[in-house]
Amino acid sequence: MTRTGGWLLVAGALALPLWLPSPYHLHVAIMAGIFGVLAMSLNLLLGYTGQLSLGHAAFFGIGAYTSALLTLKLDWSFWPALAAAVAVAGAAGFVIGRLALKLRGAYFVLVTISFAGVISLVSVNWIELTNGPLGLPGVPAPELGPWSLRTKTAYYYLVLAAVGLSYLVCRRLVRSRIGRALVALRENEPLAESVGVDVTHYLVLAAVVSAAMAGLGGSLYAHYTRFVSPEVFLFTYTVTMVIMVVAGGKGTLAGPLVGAVLFTALPEALRAAASWQWQMLAYGVLLVLLVFFLPRGIVPRLGVALRRPEPVTPTARR
Amino acid sequence: MAELLQHLLNGLVLGGTYALLGIGLTLIFGLMNVVNFAHGEFYALGAYVSFAALALAGSDFFVALLVAIVAGAALGWLCEVALLRPLRNESIDTTMLVMIGVGIAMQNAELLGWGGVAKSIPHPFPTAPLVLGPVAIAPLRLFVLVLAAGLIAAAWLLIQKTKLGRAMRATFQDRDTAALMGVSIGRIHAATFAFGSGLAAAAGALLGPIFLVYPSMGDLASLKAFSVVILGGLGNLPGATLGGLLLGIAEELGAGYISSGYRDAIGFVIIILVLLFRPSGLFARQERIA
Repeated sequence: MTRTGGWLLVAGALALPLWLPSPYHLHVAIMAGIFGVLAMSLNLLLGYTGQLSLGHAAFFGIGAYTSALLTLKLDWSFWPALAAAVAVAGAAGFVIGRLALKLRGAYFVLVTISFAGVISLVSVNWIELTNGPLGLPGVPAPELGPWSLRTKTAYYYLVLAAVGLSYLVCRRLVRSRIGRALVALRENEPLAESVGVDVTHYLVLAAVVSAAMAGLGGSLYAHYTRFVSPEVFLFTYTVTMVIMVVAGGKGTLAGPLVGAVLFTALPEALRAAASWQWQMLAYGVLLVLLVFFLPRGIVPRLGVALRRPEPVTPTARR
Repeated sequence: MAELLQHLLNGLVLGGTYALLGIGLTLIFGLMNVVNFAHGEFYALGAYVSFAALALAGSDFFVALLVAIVAGAALGWLCEVALLRPLRNESIDTTMLVMIGVGIAMQNAELLGWGGVAKSIPHPFPTAPLVLGPVAIAPLRLFVLVLAAGLIAAAWLLIQKTKLGRAMRATFQDRDTAALMGVSIGRIHAATFAFGSGLAAAAGALLGPIFLVYPSMGDLASLKAFSVVILGGLGNLPGATLGGLLLGIAEELGAGYISSGYRDAIGFVIIILVLLFRPSGLFARQERIA
């Protein structure tokens, strides 16, 4: 993407609330932003280290619950709760990373799924803390100094800032030594190791940043919907993130954002035409079609079409 | 003591069907190198097909079971031929994504077709339990246990004694050499996937009348099948059988003595612990088939 194009996009995103016709459209934009953060977070692992985490909803849910519990039970205000959500999710990412990144491929996937399963069952069964399946209503809206960020417009800018921050973190990480090490690991682990890349160190680092970012998304989600229940751990959320990343283009910076916008807007647009089940059915079929016809995603494909390919390294085949 | 025996017996019934699920998955995983996240959906399919045959078409219980197995195997065969065959040389992640997509589509097709309300499958067995000394077992559960054991034995015979089974074992050991010896890899893969899916459907049709049938039942079934496979070791048929029994018993004991809310957590914990400490499974020196 060219520099001017990037700034135009930023300007467009900043001006978006001015020309969106209704609060409903703004709501869709906010959800797209939250999912943008989540998709970027998953992309760090799936796109850059090649490890698929199918337990990503766990980090999202941990962030949401941490933030909700701290504001509800301990009367923390939004900002420290947000920071705590990021920190707790990151810590969970560290533990899972240390344990699971000894494994690769399908085995890593299974450990992440199982972790999410256990956490989800805890959220259902630890009723004294989490209120069980009934969930936690009344999560407070965030405040910034004297202003409440209760309105959709204000929340849109909050989410936009989080998207911008996450994007910058990803870009900084990916274009640094660390990012090169991660790609080297993805492409050829023994070779990378032989030239001195510390495998576990870099993979765990990626897992921590990725989980922390998912926690950020979770906290934003909790304070936006003002309600947290065990549903935040639904496998559907993870699947949605995976589809966004795969469709947008894994291993690219812009891909997850493109995927997030597309796959938040598309179901909303289809809502009138089709029920939720049809949408989910379509998601499944779409995932299959994507793997067959657009295996590298929209952004790399666009890059080829515009003859200015974003630097994409070939996907690893193992 | 009587309580413990009762838990063990219940665990055995549950474990027999888990073993069926696990055997199907371990064959697909071990032989085709496909991480089949749709496996549980074939289990759900079996339950729904048997429900449709029994409650709607009014067929015999045993006929319904047979129809469910055939339906599962047919759809599995179709999946392999249409989706997995073109991707045979792709990475394991690619086929995994495709099977996740298939699983989501199947589950939501069921949701659309049957609605979200749980259904119960009628069965012809008397509900009064048979009392055997200190323990009691419902005739239906006894039947499920016996039939699961029969199906496991049949699967074992197929792999050990038939020509198809020999070709499957050869393909597992070395695909290229097997192909050079005249084994049609495409045919073996299709047969394996159909066979595994048929077993999963059988497990669904068997457990369906004991529990309720609902569209998202496949999610947990997939994960339980994976715990069984991981417990037993990849491609290890006796391992999957023992793993299934072990998981069933562990769940019953956990639900009975610890907390029933955490029953399903046991499978997850098993996956995590075994993968971390003994990744080749509890029973195997190395990965093998049959």
